Amino acid sequence: MKNILLGTAAIALSASMAFAGSHGDVVRMGTEGAYPPFNFINDAGEVDGFERELGDELCARAELTCEWVTNEWDSIIPNLVSGNYDTIIAGMSITDERDEVIDFTQNYTQPDPSAYLAKNGMAVDLEGGVIAAQAGTIQASHVAASGATLLEFASPEETIAAVRDGEADAVLADRAFLTPIAEEDPELEFYGDLVLIGGGVGMGLRESDGELRAKFDAAIQSMKDDGSLNALIEKWEIGETF
Amino acid sequence: MFSYCADPDTLSGLTWLSCYLTTGKHMAFYVSFGTVLLLLAITAPTALLFGFGGAAAARARFFPLRWVGKAYISVVRGVPDIAFFLFFVIALDQGFEWLRHKVKCPDWDQPIRQGSDFVVCDAAKLPLGNAAQWVHETYGFFLAVLTFAIVFGAFAANVLFGAMRAVPHAQLETAEAYGMTQRQTFWRILVPQMWVYALPGLSNLWMVLIKATPLLFLLGVEDIVYWARELGGTKTPRFTDYPHGDWRMWYFLVLLIFYLAFTRVSEVVLDRVMKKLTHGQATAGGEAQRKAA
Repeated sequence: MKNILLGTAAIALSASMAFAGSHGDVVRMGTEGAYPPFNFINDAGEVDGFERELGDELCARAELTCEWVTNEWDSIIPNLVSGNYDTIIAGMSITDERDEVIDFTQNYTQPDPSAYLAKNGMAVDLEGGVIAAQAGTIQASHVAASGATLLEFASPEETIAAVRDGEADAVLADRAFLTPIAEEDPELEFYGDLVLIGGGVGMGLRESDGELRAKFDAAIQSMKDDGSLNALIEKWEIGETF
Repeated sequence: MFSYCADPDTLSGLTWLSCYLTTGKHMAFYVSFGTVLLLLAITAPTALLFGFGGAAAARARFFPLRWVGKAYISVVRGVPDIAFFLFFVIALDQGFEWLRHKVKCPDWDQPIRQGSDFVVCDAAKLPLGNAAQWVHETYGFFLAVLTFAIVFGAFAANVLFGAMRAVPHAQLETAEAYGMTQRQTFWRILVPQMWVYALPGLSNLWMVLIKATPLLFLLGVEDIVYWARELGGTKTPRFTDYPHGDWRMWYFLVLLIFYLAFTRVSEVVLDRVMKKLTHGQATAGGEAQRKAA
């Protein structure tokens, strides 16, 4: 009995390996899965959102087989450069600082303004109060530079919870991420002016992966040209179209 | 899962809850309990093996081996866990890939380190770049097991090293007087008797190990704490059929109960093992058992 079990297991294993070998180049797409509408985990437990649809379409156009992987935001760049996946597609804004470590494709969203979200009717001191932001984001560096006390959290969800609890006076994040939250929660509203930081969102790749970057760049360009990118941006309400 | 779940907006009360708790996402949450238990089931014996090896090496007569054992125990115990998990796993993975690269692609002419990138030939990738997702996950899981085993093995080694020295010396001398070789004394006299001294320390380690599993997510393995945080977070109706507020407290409450129950079960089992090991030993516990009998 044991031998039969082992035998079937071995056959199953070799069969799946043969299958794995046959589908050629697999590009592993790394995302966070906690930043709707850009990327999130849907009810079925799969990666979903604007970037899921965009990524699948880009892979189809570039004729690549793509696989989705989730990784914590904190270690998303180290895991890319060490080769655990091949791209970062996680609502990551293109900045000079990141560009030193990894490469970006052209942006696939317009530079989306960031916004402050605070409790209704609260007077927030944006330059001296306590502002929450996700660690390692452009918003976190902006708050740190603005003179306010920066309260960093590992996940976007926790930054919102901090404002609800009153731990932070306001949260600074991408407007596209905050809009659905502001609409659903009557207690929260946008506060103050929009902040223009970042150069739009792009896909991150290893600097040594020029060929793959060129493929995705061309695919993004073709989606920009035929308007399908704009359609996706409108569908997921990401912000300005191209 | 159930047929009436097709349109969750119309549901309420228990039917809503039954649908909510059986979404694909929740299934992944339940499976992750299995992942954690499996990790513990594999890691604990492996760590014990590492610990036994480390302790045996640390008391070896052959001095380079002794140094290796002692260095392992003190270096690993001195490095913070989190540093180990962030740095060491990536280093371990790259080390494997570097070795495979040297063997499989001898005529590769580009540098492996290009700036911050680590580039090896495709055949050397671990797992292979085109392997299925489950292969990647299994590989990540075993990398986690290995890292946990190395870290906890060092602590176990220290405990076992102490336990080996706690065995009454007269026992070993008697064995020698009976004409046993060094090896025979070690395996027949020392090892069977040391466990009673090692168990309190080892049971502490086990309790710490149970609670160390959230470090898994640093390695990309989705464990129960990751899912509790993900599922409990506020869900807006646009992105889910089951919108709800911030329910993280309830999910973490479930984890609390799980961990407490698991700790209790461990305590009961460890108490039994202790009773068994104490039997016939020249310790206070063994003496008490003898008097009671």
